[in-house]
Amino acid sequence: MITALKIISFAGLGLTIFPSILVLMGKMDLEMNKNLMVSGMILWFVGAYFWIYRKKKSVN
Amino acid sequence: MQKSKIVEHLDAIEEFEREPVPESKRKGLGSFIGMYAGEHTAGTEFVIGPLFVAHGAGVSAVIGGLFLGNVLAVLSWGLLTAPIATKTRITLYYQLEKICGKNLVTVYNLVNALMFCFLAGSMIAVSATAIGIPFDIAMPTLQDWLPTGIGWIITVFCVGLVITVVAILGYDQVSRFANLASPWMLLVFLASAFAVMPELGINSAGSFFQTAGTKIWTGTVLAGQTKFTFWHCLFFAWFANMAMHIGMADLSILRYARKWQYGFSSATGMILGHYMCWMASGILYAYFLTKYGSGGEFAPGKIAFEAAGIAGAVCVVIAGWTTANPTLYRAGLAIQSINPVWKRWKVTLIVGLVTTLAACFPALVMKLLDFVALYGLVLMPMGAIIFIDFYLMKKMGLAEYYAEKMNTRFSWQAGITWIGTLVVCLFLNLYYGIEIFFLGLPGWFIATAVYILFSKLLQKKIIVQSE
Repeated sequence: MITALKIISFAGLGLTIFPSILVLMGKMDLEMNKNLMVSGMILWFVGAYFWIYRKKKSVN
Repeated sequence: MQKSKIVEHLDAIEEFEREPVPESKRKGLGSFIGMYAGEHTAGTEFVIGPLFVAHGAGVSAVIGGLFLGNVLAVLSWGLLTAPIATKTRITLYYQLEKICGKNLVTVYNLVNALMFCFLAGSMIAVSATAIGIPFDIAMPTLQDWLPTGIGWIITVFCVGLVITVVAILGYDQVSRFANLASPWMLLVFLASAFAVMPELGINSAGSFFQTAGTKIWTGTVLAGQTKFTFWHCLFFAWFANMAMHIGMADLSILRYARKWQYGFSSATGMILGHYMCWMASGILYAYFLTKYGSGGEFAPGKIAFEAAGIAGAVCVVIAGWTTANPTLYRAGLAIQSINPVWKRWKVTLIVGLVTTLAACFPALVMKLLDFVALYGLVLMPMGAIIFIDFYLMKKMGLAEYYAEKMNTRFSWQAGITWIGTLVVCLFLNLYYGIEIFFLGLPGWFIATAVYILFSKLLQKKIIVQSE
């Protein structure tokens, strides 16, 4: 389960950074990048909540 | 990363407030790398980067000056703060109390808290520029110092209220959330800068260096701003956290380091959090200027929204919120330490109200570079006093921790050094026109000279009297 959540959250980070590189290379437009960044944000916070936030909470 | 680490540190500071950190409680390099990276990716980075563009800094000034300045800041942490922290292992406040006496530390705490309030205020204002977007609130321009309208005031008060309540009730939750948000925020800075580069005519690393000078850091000063040179950038980057390194505030944190070399871990904060984020946010502002011109709003939320959409605006809110909270908390603690009987929640509530009132004035954002420089300068003389006390007092045949040894509550040599240094700096500023960014370096030498001189005069006199 944790592995799946890690994959989801890292996919979120990937969606945050990689589309912008495609925009830089002229292979994606800015508006599409904005949408993907929102998706990346949601994936990161939903995924990472369970393996970073809650883990830290239980440690604390 | 920053919040849980800060809470952890604050808890630990309470635990070892008046004793050295024991060996079992010391922390490894990883703790400091994470903490510095998180703590220096703040909402204010969204303001500082654009202000370099507005001040007409050239491309070499930004790329070279900011790099060297940030490297000097890392060296200051590594060579000045960390060696003292890992030898004494006590908090800044306890060290100051031993050297300066309890009453002077109380004054220092008050000044520190006031500075924290203004810093948190600027972060609240930064968050408000993003929160106001869906409500079409009139945002301040670079020339605005006063509240721009009732919409702006209501937005700032709403943000300030939430931040204050959270600082009172659920600070540790925010600290964990900041920990979660930190890597994402760094990537948003980077990604949004990449994404707008083609709009500025940049499509590769080679074209970046060709175009940056004509489209981003053009050297053109915007209306109402002063010209920034290479030296402005260098000294600003060096002294942006002067209170923390040369001013020795991070003694309280680095005393937990197993080795003094961990002071260099501040490089993560300076290179990723400052250097990279300042350049990225400068690029975003250049894009904003090409779209809307230079006469419009100066609102970090809108600037990030234009480049990265909703994710950019959310990043501004989170960056402002998660850094305003510990700053507000620290301000509350600093004031509460004056009289521990006061309830922390009441102190935090009053501090939050003062901070929110301050945040209504856009001058805090528009003059952030000057304020950050002032913040470091005002607290720097105390760092110079600690440095001299640690390295030179014994060698000169004078007493270390003089206030403790003489059981005095106010060290006149320290008080004269603090006020005297600031008066001389003010004179240099008003009479010779030396800008605030350049006063930190001569100020440090002035402080050390004044402290040595008055220690020689007053220590001798008091010892003779006591004998």
